[in-house]
Amino acid sequence: MAGSTTQAVTPEAVTSGARPGRVPAPLRTALRWLGVVPFGVYVALGLIAPTVAIAIAAFQDSTTGKFTTSNFSTALHGSYLLGLKTSLLLSIATAIVPGIFGLLIAYAIFTAKRGQWLRQVVITASGVFANFGGVPLAFLFIATLSTTGIVTGWIKAIFGVNIWDHGFTLYSAYGVFFVYMYFQIPLMVLVILPALEGLRPAWREAAQNMGAGTWQYWRYVGGPVLFPSFLGCLLLLFGSAFAAYATAEALTGGTIALTPIQIGALLNGNVLAGQQNLGYALGLIMVVIIAIVMIGYTILQRRAAKWLR
Amino acid sequence: MQRKKTIAAIAALLAGVVLATGCSSSSSSGGTTASTDWSKASSAAAGGGMAALVKAAEKEGQLNVITLPSNWANYGTIMSDFSKKYHIHITDANPEGSSGQEITAVQQLKGQSRAPDVVDVGTPFAVEGANSHLWAPYKVASWSNIPANAKDANGDWYADYGGYVAIGYDPAKVKVAPTSFASLANPAYKNMIGLNNSPTTAGAAFAAVYAAALANGGSFGNIEPGIKYFAHLKSIGNFVPTAIGGPTTVQNGTTPILVWWDYLLASEVKPVVKNFKIVIPSDSSYASYYDQAISATAPDPAAARLWEEYLYSTTGQNQWLEGFARPIELSTLVAAGTVNKTAYAALPPAPSGSLTFPTQAQQAAAENVVTQDWAKQVGG
Repeated sequence: MAGSTTQAVTPEAVTSGARPGRVPAPLRTALRWLGVVPFGVYVALGLIAPTVAIAIAAFQDSTTGKFTTSNFSTALHGSYLLGLKTSLLLSIATAIVPGIFGLLIAYAIFTAKRGQWLRQVVITASGVFANFGGVPLAFLFIATLSTTGIVTGWIKAIFGVNIWDHGFTLYSAYGVFFVYMYFQIPLMVLVILPALEGLRPAWREAAQNMGAGTWQYWRYVGGPVLFPSFLGCLLLLFGSAFAAYATAEALTGGTIALTPIQIGALLNGNVLAGQQNLGYALGLIMVVIIAIVMIGYTILQRRAAKWLR
Repeated sequence: MQRKKTIAAIAALLAGVVLATGCSSSSSSGGTTASTDWSKASSAAAGGGMAALVKAAEKEGQLNVITLPSNWANYGTIMSDFSKKYHIHITDANPEGSSGQEITAVQQLKGQSRAPDVVDVGTPFAVEGANSHLWAPYKVASWSNIPANAKDANGDWYADYGGYVAIGYDPAKVKVAPTSFASLANPAYKNMIGLNNSPTTAGAAFAAVYAAALANGGSFGNIEPGIKYFAHLKSIGNFVPTAIGGPTTVQNGTTPILVWWDYLLASEVKPVVKNFKIVIPSDSSYASYYDQAISATAPDPAAARLWEEYLYSTTGQNQWLEGFARPIELSTLVAAGTVNKTAYAALPPAPSGSLTFPTQAQQAAAENVVTQDWAKQVGG
């Protein structure tokens, strides 16, 4: 996150100074742009074209194809509105709580004096866990913590308590929240570590030399420097939870309303026919929300980068 | 058809868009032989008889089917037997796809040689396709044996196979045998009862809610009591709302009781769960059938028609039955004594009385009610 920006500028300065005139400047510029073409094509086909197509389809009637805004009025009422609200709430909750846990874990391994290996293990494991999701993740929890799960059995055998008789459940919004922690906490560890590494020991030493205690250091130095990065990471977690889909559906069978599940039912399901364009409208609403989040993320990253250079 | 969803919603969006932008439909393909334009033939007789149909189909030598899993309703055997008999190569696109994806493929691959010739879809999709003029009307030789309320009068689509909503249970874990929807409220069934998926997504789970409605004072025009029923089962802790109900969740005890189609309980769960029992609830009999239709723009119009003739022959009907699906002409087979008796005995006995189905308007209204109310009522 930190050092890469400064490096990008230097090679150009070096080459243009060292070998004047060997390749004409306009051609050099063109060649440099040529390198970006594959990525540009990729973005155009994979991101821009689909987004435009979704935006167009969202304003079309499913049967006649004529322009309409009715998809949006349906999308913003009843169960679809409920779905958006639940999706937002769940995503916010599964950003903040794992965000705090992830920060604490990252800080712990960042400050651990001994044990490079522990640090490596935590980072590698986080990389694996953060990418584990979908139906396999739901099934992992069902196999371990459902009524007949292995861990449920152990708890019963050791403590004589069946957690399911005391209100524990996987098949609700709380269950989904619980399961999402499994990949959200490691994701937070991965994304916040570079920011923690940007906190220079020299700042702390300087603060201590001037008589600052731990609290004062965090209140006036560490906290303000870290805060934009922390918020940025929360937004990333928000996006990750907002788009997650298969795990929640596998666990709750549509008994909690979530927008991605509803889109799936509209576009891909075997029950609702002829309402694809409502799905596109919901998709466009999600795109807009994520776009707002990404703009926020960019602004915060810029603020963070000011200190972490 | 309950088929696994393998791609996330957004991925589906992207894929749909890539298809939409990637292929602009040019011309629709016409007939293949000079003598008969099979793409216009509305029966074998109208095209010059079965022999001519076989000849034209063999000349095409190719049939494109879509979303037919080989382990589903015995389709693996049916496809290979048909292939062998007529020397027609079958391409099965997207075997694990859904009805919605079949419709999309017919629309977007129109004019290409790989476009689907025939589809096997849920009734709402068959009707949607007919409204969009996607199907070529065709009446198989045994057309009159298909009940009138299970086919389009014009021949656009016709029921093929299906079954009843049934309760399956593992007697090793379920000590009291369930017999009806009412009996499932027994406190002994705490954390035991599952559906195969969400009723907002899967036809089977939706049918279970419809069936529960019929058992609880609802009707084809009123599915709400079915939603309330599952909300009640959830509030007393009996209903486990996981969306991955199936053989595994019965085996590992997550849902030792599963409400699903009788033929899927028989074909998918029974082989892996010892002594597994299947009953059709005494307080509700709800049957549903999938439908066949021939694409109006089929690249292999004769092979498509021959495929339908094969499916609705005694052989084809019995082959579905051997895959535990109830073929639509089952009562004809039973009456004529041509039914495969072993296969017939594997399914729970069908309730007496003739089949009734919701009208399209009722079905569509019920779908919207479930979509709107399922999360609100059963969640919470």
